[in-house]
Amino acid sequence: MKASTEKKIFPYMLLLPTVVVMVLVVAYPLVYNFVLSFKNMSMYHYYDARFVGLRHYASIFTQTELYWVFGKTLIWTVVNVFLHVALGVGIALVLNGRVVGSGVFRSLLILPWAVPQYISALTWRGMFNHEYGAVNLILKNVLHLAPIPWFSDATWAFAAPIITNVWLGFPFMMIVALGGLQSIPHELYEAAELDGAGPLGKLKNVTLPLLKPVLAPAVVLGTVWTFNNMNVIWLVTGGGLPADKTHILVTYIYKAAFTYYRYSYAAAFSVIVFFLLLGFTLAFMRHFKVTEAVFE
Amino acid sequence: MKGRGTRIAAHVFLVVVTLVTVYPIVQIVGISLRPADRLYSTSLRVIPEDATGRAYYSVVFEKDFLLWLRNSAIVSAIVTLVGVALASTAGYVFSRFRFVARKFGLYSLLIAQMFPATMLLLPLYVLMKGLHLLDSMAGLSVAYAATALPFCVWTMKGYYDTIPRELEEAALIDGASYWRAFRTVVLPLAAPALAITAIFSFMSAWSEFMVARVIISTRTLYTLPLGLESLSSTFQTEWANYAAGSVLVSLPVVLIFLFLNRYFVSGLTLGGVKQ
Repeated sequence: MKASTEKKIFPYMLLLPTVVVMVLVVAYPLVYNFVLSFKNMSMYHYYDARFVGLRHYASIFTQTELYWVFGKTLIWTVVNVFLHVALGVGIALVLNGRVVGSGVFRSLLILPWAVPQYISALTWRGMFNHEYGAVNLILKNVLHLAPIPWFSDATWAFAAPIITNVWLGFPFMMIVALGGLQSIPHELYEAAELDGAGPLGKLKNVTLPLLKPVLAPAVVLGTVWTFNNMNVIWLVTGGGLPADKTHILVTYIYKAAFTYYRYSYAAAFSVIVFFLLLGFTLAFMRHFKVTEAVFE
Repeated sequence: MKGRGTRIAAHVFLVVVTLVTVYPIVQIVGISLRPADRLYSTSLRVIPEDATGRAYYSVVFEKDFLLWLRNSAIVSAIVTLVGVALASTAGYVFSRFRFVARKFGLYSLLIAQMFPATMLLLPLYVLMKGLHLLDSMAGLSVAYAATALPFCVWTMKGYYDTIPRELEEAALIDGASYWRAFRTVVLPLAAPALAITAIFSFMSAWSEFMVARVIISTRTLYTLPLGLESLSSTFQTEWANYAAGSVLVSLPVVLIFLFLNRYFVSGLTLGGVKQ
């Protein structure tokens, strides 16, 4: 083969398998999902599904579910990400000081991230058990408080997966923050000290501004992960107990599709979520200009 | 610099936070050591007085644990092979060549990575049902490859970007073909990234529950997550078995993770690091 022809063909040959796979298992299904959202496929109409136009979209926007579940998703995402960052950065700051055994602390604190998520979620579900779970036993026997009805009350049932997910998610932010802290040159602190800055001044004027660029992509990633996290909600609340009151968007769609077999309704719902996330992703990419550097 | 009081407070804070963090993990280890007649325990002792390894024996030899292990290993191995083979080549092209729709491709991969699994799962489910791929290892592997691939391609591309171009250019000038230059010069240098990609693909399939729950329904095809969940859902009766199984499944993952977490972070936050 001539070198110039090879140069032209080579990249496409290497790329071809990935493109084929992505088109077959990602692009085509996504397009099919759109098609599905205009049909009436459900348990009763599986093989005889036909087009019904915008019926599902109309019912989704006129009924209250979307707004309730969206509200819960916002609370879920904001509370989780806020606590992940606050705890992660806070612990990283302490750990980055002169601490005896900081390596040991670091390895132990990273454990919630290392354990497979479904195992953590199932374990926490056991710990929230009303009679035998460790959480209520500690409340009752150690702190002498009333036990909490974790899964019979809608608010507590939503708090349980949030507690679980805060526990799961802070180590990631902690590790990112630790990496960022170590890259801050020591001279900056010395300069700040010469200028008469106290510990708070150094934190506010040196540490936090320099952590920001490191944390920003991690926060966006964390937001998307939390928004999309089905494991924790589903496994801790046992699929939305009590009475489907604890869903976020992704678990709501999952249940509509695979428990209630409302395929087209779920497809329409996920198209709406798709555009929500797409808007968020594009806004983020424009705002942080992440892509510019990485695309080169 | 810092006062003695602050230093003591910092250590107390770390000890308390660490204890709270580690407690659930210690708890599950404790439960796995409980004797069968102590499952309805309301004691808060971490290690039971009469600790026993009975549950470990029971979960491995009296339950389908080994079968689940085999199924998980098969699916994870397929996903790893596909992930590494496709990402190592596609990532290289994205790193080195300029071509039509290159940006579009990178954007699509980035966006695909940000979308929830459900959105893909529903149409995949309907399509697989039509192709009779539901309830099979092949179907499950396809679904996993679809979700793991974008991250793998980005990781590989990011790593290739750090390898100097001069190395392959020298090989090309010496008369090597593009394929040879890639295969013998670049690929060996990218070994660390290949390892990370392989481990990521493997672990994502190894620990996945929600997709498997939809695609697999036959008990003999259960993967470890499905199997362990089925033990946990009969709460009191199998709780010790569930705990023992969880410890066995988590241990290797946790060890690998403790060694490699730095690489995951740099792979994930590449956008921020490269500026």
